Amino acid sequence: MRDFAAIYLQQFRTTFASFVQYRASILIWMIWHILEPLVYLVVWSAVAASGGGNVQGFTARDFSAYFIVLMLVNHVTYTWIIYEYEYRVRHGSLSMALLRPLHPIHADVIDNVSSKLITLPMMLLAAGTLGVMFRPAFHTTAPSALLFLPAIVLAFSLRFILEWTLALAAFWTTRVSAVNQAYYVAALFLSGQMAPLALFPPAIRDTAAALPFRWMISFPVELLLGRLSPAEAWEGLGAQAVWLVAALVLMRAVWRSGVRRYSAVGA
Amino acid sequence: MRRLRLLLVYVRASALGELAYRANFFFQILQSAVELATAVAALSVVFAYTDTLGGWTPDEVLALVGVFFLVGGAIRVVIEPSMEQLIESVHDGTLDFTLTKPEDAQFLSSIQRADIWKLTDVALGAAVLALALVRMGTRIGAGQVLGFCGTLAAGGVIVYSFWLILATLAFWFVRVGNILVVFQSMYEAGRWPVNIYPRWLRFGLTFIVPVAFATTVPARALAGGLSPAALAGACALALVLLVLSRLFWRAGLRHYAGASA
Repeated sequence: MRDFAAIYLQQFRTTFASFVQYRASILIWMIWHILEPLVYLVVWSAVAASGGGNVQGFTARDFSAYFIVLMLVNHVTYTWIIYEYEYRVRHGSLSMALLRPLHPIHADVIDNVSSKLITLPMMLLAAGTLGVMFRPAFHTTAPSALLFLPAIVLAFSLRFILEWTLALAAFWTTRVSAVNQAYYVAALFLSGQMAPLALFPPAIRDTAAALPFRWMISFPVELLLGRLSPAEAWEGLGAQAVWLVAALVLMRAVWRSGVRRYSAVGA
Repeated sequence: MRRLRLLLVYVRASALGELAYRANFFFQILQSAVELATAVAALSVVFAYTDTLGGWTPDEVLALVGVFFLVGGAIRVVIEPSMEQLIESVHDGTLDFTLTKPEDAQFLSSIQRADIWKLTDVALGAAVLALALVRMGTRIGAGQVLGFCGTLAAGGVIVYSFWLILATLAFWFVRVGNILVVFQSMYEAGRWPVNIYPRWLRFGLTFIVPVAFATTVPARALAGGLSPAALAGACALALVLLVLSRLFWRAGLRHYAGASA
């Protein structure tokens, strides 16, 4: 365990130092993470304004709060691993990672956390600025804020492992961009990125709750905003935990059979 | 005329290269169709709760989505790949080969690569636009068609000039590939009418990253909501940016040292 921590720390130092060199590019990529929720914030505020100030219990200021928190939760939990894996498998650079005596997912976790340490202060600043402009309404309670902490950690872990597993599709197909698009579209609607799930018909809401999408993004958002009852909050944490275990099992199975197929083309 | 022939030769060369990968065509159609369906689904969710968005009816926003795909596709067919290639060639010095050719280097650099499969976006965008016009049911007068074509052409020139200015920054800063992400992500905001955005963002989308001229303005012109003054303004801005991007190009070229080629 001590060795493990030492490896993590050393890897973290190296990755962080190299990311600081690329800070300009990393910051440019943030624009998309700010702009997408901002666009939907504006669209839904306009809808609320024209619909008598209220859409399914959301006022314009509720939408502001929803999308500002969504922006942060989405940023904290996002990964770029699906693009990255396609490159690794195609160019054979995965071979290097396979030689190391540590599962490659650890290096990816460190990569992800390092880059976010650079971007998170900027995202918080962006969230604060948007907060001043759009005057969000929060109904956060002390328990919901407290439960938000495990919820966001579980959401990050779940999304990371699931997207990491999905990225392994690169072992079987060169059309990873199509896989990625299908996943992106499903997540756009089912994880509450385009609109709060409460605005969708019951059938779609139920689908979202049965699949992992809701538990990766919209659940922590709704929790922090105080839109969930204590019972719903605990149920949600339970659903996150169940999905996390399922995702871990799936990842192990897919990784094992994927690595067996890998033939290190061109490396 | 010579330029047009050259353009066709370059497009043909790119097309021949791409035709070796015909399966890509079907995947591109599939991806474009999914993207379009997503956009339409998002519209239907929004318009389930309202009749107008910032003064635009559902069909007008649908027309806007059509224009958004049409223009976005056109950008991705030739402007984006060529500009990426330009940045790359400044970086590794292969721009030398373009400079030695007996034709204007800016022109050659701007058409050097075409991603023909992205024409699917153009076709789907045009289809959605046509559908929206049919649904609107109003007769489109000659004035509107003229205004639409005029603003669309002006929007195209504005976007091209803007990309060229961004790409020529490579002459000074070399590693600017990431800056193109700025345009790509700002362009996404153009699928909604820009007048719903708060003033600072509207200003940014109009004059700093000129997305509005490529999407909202032509869609507005088609619906007949554009004054002749606005049309003249768009054309004037297109002209100014075209000249400005040319000046950028020339200044950049003087700065080019042809490293390592």
